[in-house]
Amino acid sequence: MERSTLQAINAARAARRAAVVVTDLADGASQVFPEGAKFPPEWDSVIVEALRSGRAGVTAVEGRSLFINVHLPPPRIVAIGAVHISQALAGLAAVAGFDMTIIDPRTAFATTERFGNVGLLAEWPEDVLSSRPLDRYTALAALTHDPKIDDYPIRAALEAGCFYVGALGSRKTHATRVERLTQAGVPAEAISRIKAPIGLDIRAASPAEIAVAVLAEIIEALRRRDPAGRAGGAR
Amino acid sequence: MSTEPNVLDPLEIAETWCSDGRKVALATVIETWGSAPRPVGSHLVIDEEGNFQGSVSGGCVEGAVIAEAMDIIASGTSRILEFGVADETAWRVGLSCGGRIRVYVERIDG
Repeated sequence: MERSTLQAINAARAARRAAVVVTDLADGASQVFPEGAKFPPEWDSVIVEALRSGRAGVTAVEGRSLFINVHLPPPRIVAIGAVHISQALAGLAAVAGFDMTIIDPRTAFATTERFGNVGLLAEWPEDVLSSRPLDRYTALAALTHDPKIDDYPIRAALEAGCFYVGALGSRKTHATRVERLTQAGVPAEAISRIKAPIGLDIRAASPAEIAVAVLAEIIEALRRRDPAGRAGGAR
Repeated sequence: MSTEPNVLDPLEIAETWCSDGRKVALATVIETWGSAPRPVGSHLVIDEEGNFQGSVSGGCVEGAVIAEAMDIIASGTSRILEFGVADETAWRVGLSCGGRIRVYVERIDG
């Protein structure tokens, strides 16, 4: 592989663009095709299928043995709320291979002293998400309990087809959230995709344990998602 | 973004090692049969001194892949390696899980 090919793969990954790498196993020649690029007609169907399924493999095209590798954007977690659970979740997410961003307009919470090197934005979600939109490779965990902060990103995540949308709060809190979202015109089918109370039911009690439960639920949503890339968690 | 490469990301490591002037090979799982520990597309990156990051199995065949990769770094000729069940191919390393894998190993050039 040429070094420029490696650089192109990493550039696509850094930009959160899906990319397919086609390697001719006979002569080792490889090429990178970012999502949305023009594909050679003879390879078009295998590249499109690889992007759709996310599956890598060896295939034969016109008598040539090709290895098709797919690099989908690394899954990302966006947490709303620079709260105690987010502090624990940030550490766990890094180990499990997720990029993580924490958004909280409350500057008392969003401090580097509490979060170190994690991507932390002390701004309103409305402002952050307009320049850094959510996508279907992103999990959103709304953790502030505060409708003024949580509701907007929850709606944005449902619209963007995030593979996971979870919201902290008791059943009662969630019931009032459902009412607000319904009144705001969010379809019932979309609202039903919100995981609440958040996290797998492992009887988590401490903030760190709740973070484990949330991360486990995010991993489940990622691994069970429709390979065609429709809204996450769809069965 | 931090400037340090993520040690859990073999492709990022490969690019960093190349810019550090190290000679680098990339091993990729291209096919699996049966129970295989790492899925197709998984990467292991190796330098000319045998340093490595990433994985193509659960640690079962990495040693053999690294040895081959050092030859490939020297020769520049890509190769496909195949590993099967340990007891069927007792003369070489194998996978104790009972699966089979093919691994493509290539040098990063340029």
